[in-house]
Amino acid sequence: MIGLHHYLVVSAALFSLGMLAVLTRRNAVNVLMGIELILNSANLNLVAFSRFGSGNLQGQLFAVFVIVIAAAEVAVALAIVLTLYRLRRTPNLDEADILRG
Amino acid sequence: MSPQAVVFYLLAAITVGSAAVVVLARSLIYNAFALLFTFMGVAGLYVMLGADFLAATQLLIYVGGILVLLLFGVMLTHKLYDLDLRTEVTQFWPGLIIASGLFAFLVVVLVFRIQWAAGPGRAPAATTREIGALFMGQYLLPFEAASLLLLVALMGAAMIVRRRKVA
Repeated sequence: MIGLHHYLVVSAALFSLGMLAVLTRRNAVNVLMGIELILNSANLNLVAFSRFGSGNLQGQLFAVFVIVIAAAEVAVALAIVLTLYRLRRTPNLDEADILRG
Repeated sequence: MSPQAVVFYLLAAITVGSAAVVVLARSLIYNAFALLFTFMGVAGLYVMLGADFLAATQLLIYVGGILVLLLFGVMLTHKLYDLDLRTEVTQFWPGLIIASGLFAFLVVVLVFRIQWAAGPGRAPAATTREIGALFMGQYLLPFEAASLLLLVALMGAAMIVRRRKVA
């Protein structure tokens, strides 16, 4: 019987992999992919709790809002990455040190 | 194993395996295409959880929108003759230790420590009508705020990438 715990483990794996991408990748677009993984894992948790928990739809509604915010986030983040690329000719995050004192 | 369990394990394997490719493969194009399978696997898991509307939304917005945007980002931040779109990895082993420690911690706490209160649950049923009614009724204000947020974010993104005239 597939229960809540199975989904929680899948979601934890997705979260950890997204964290790994955020921590280790140099490319800014790749870090964004990691953030998308993290948001997806949060959504999976919300939907799983909506299914197995109190039985109302609030979790799924919240997941819709998370998707909306992910879309907005990715648009703004890509704009920043493109501007960074135009300024420094690099997509790598560790070379974006203009603000370093 | 019941058919349901077989499908679940298949979807979970697709999701987690392609997420691992996203994180570990060197080529940015491989990363982006593996992300496609991760999103589809998550959409399949939503279907298994009885969230049909959310599965369709996931496919439309993540696969149709966000993934295409990310591919644009990959293409626009590399020189066109730079066919080998590779990305380097920094501090891989500390990151791996932190991420696997996080995973172990989450599994121990979420699965073994916490006794989740068993609710009545929700039998899989069509959700679109109910979600629409909730958006237009009880959650109207957050709904409008989200649409405003999208508008502001898209306008802001357009403003940020606009080429400024060199004074």
